[in-house]
Amino acid sequence: MMIEEQFWETLDRAALPARVGTLAKEGWRLVQICGSCHEAFEILYSFDKDDRFLSLRVAFSKDDPVLPSITESYFGAFSYENEMQDLFGLKLTGLKLNFNGNFYRLAKKNPFLDTPPAVAPAPGGVSS
Amino acid sequence: MGQRTIIPFGPQHPVLPEPIHLDLVMEDEKVVEAIPSIGFIHRGLEKMAEKKDFQEMAYIAERICGICSFIHSMGYCQAIEALLKLEIPKRAEYLRVIWSEMSRIHSHLLWLGLTADAFGFESLFMHSWRVREKLLDLIEETSGGRVIFGVCKVGGVRRDVDAETLRRALEALAALEAEYREIAGVFSRDASVKRRMTGIGVLPKEDARALGAVGPTLRGSGVAWDARRLQYAVYGELDWAPITEEAGDCQARCLVRIREIFQSFDLIRQAAGKISDGPVAVKVPGNPRGEYFARLEQPRGEVVYYVKGNGTKNLQRFRVRTPTFANLPPLLKILQGCELSDVPVIVLTIDPCISCAER
Repeated sequence: MMIEEQFWETLDRAALPARVGTLAKEGWRLVQICGSCHEAFEILYSFDKDDRFLSLRVAFSKDDPVLPSITESYFGAFSYENEMQDLFGLKLTGLKLNFNGNFYRLAKKNPFLDTPPAVAPAPGGVSS
Repeated sequence: MGQRTIIPFGPQHPVLPEPIHLDLVMEDEKVVEAIPSIGFIHRGLEKMAEKKDFQEMAYIAERICGICSFIHSMGYCQAIEALLKLEIPKRAEYLRVIWSEMSRIHSHLLWLGLTADAFGFESLFMHSWRVREKLLDLIEETSGGRVIFGVCKVGGVRRDVDAETLRRALEALAALEAEYREIAGVFSRDASVKRRMTGIGVLPKEDARALGAVGPTLRGSGVAWDARRLQYAVYGELDWAPITEEAGDCQARCLVRIREIFQSFDLIRQAAGKISDGPVAVKVPGNPRGEYFARLEQPRGEVVYYVKGNGTKNLQRFRVRTPTFANLPPLLKILQGCELSDVPVIVLTIDPCISCAER
């Protein structure tokens, strides 16, 4: 079985556009962007070039859901970034093609944004 | 500048059996801009991984899509097996490749039929699907399922294929290939097919790369990237090379798929010739911990599975980046400036699967 060697870098969100800009100039291909939201937001940007697979990890608090867009360097990232806006409620700054929350038509707003249950179930179940 | 109007296209449209909505901004008969919206069938399957046992998730991953079903479960299993550093039996790897290539043939034949239907060539649509139906019979004979195979599991495959069944399947595939050759000839040479696809929806090589196109959409623009080059399963032991076309138009994307079907027939023959006896699964040791990206080549292009485990039976995060999602930016690009009547054919040539894209 082949297990691909994968490389990881962790960086601050303020440093993201410059790092991604360097990768774009070096000819890396944007493979995917993956958002996660548990205790904090964690966004993974994956690139490949000449059989090397690199992922950038950006983590930040849920209290400040703002992230710089990378569409200046990779215009095609607009679909991932609009998806993150719609599913996680993130605000992308500098997004070159912004559908303003209308990319996904969903019954529930920001369904992937983890929030605790609004009301804890009463002990012993519900009584009428 | 002519007067601009907006024509809604989808999510229900006679020639587009996929629930994507496009607002087409028109000037006379020309598309100036296409504004997409999706989400009509978003099921939140990725979130289910946080509630389901990681071994059960293989069957849910397979249900992301009814066409790319097998490779979805295979990709998920490969990602988990990488986290567990689990070596699966060689026979299981070969069987996975055989079923993957059968999936590719049936997906491409489905696409050929839908495309023929989109430009009104009904008999070609019927012929494509008639051949595909026979392939589905073979998939059923070897795996037990026609749409959902249900054979891939973490640690290998659930079902073996005996030598006699494999021999019969190869004989049937040879007959199918001969029938398919006739259909391929019509798609490659027929004047009416060429008129609807040649020079239409051109995606230059630079745009295909820059916008993140994958699969036949990328290879139709002359870029020889195919995730099978990563040599997962046993692709490194088989003789093949990515198929490319240079023109970047609808016809080029069609020709890539036509040639890939022949290549898949060949890969199945090669795999069946090399498969050796042995077990088809191993025991799964413990729960996954760590994170990994598995990349495979679906019929529609490169698919990426991200899994993150913390040593419990539930994953912390499961993410699928499907080929259709990656091909949306290139689609919006090639729709700009096209004629309204070409929109269905252009949309179809990226082979959109919105079930996959929305998960």
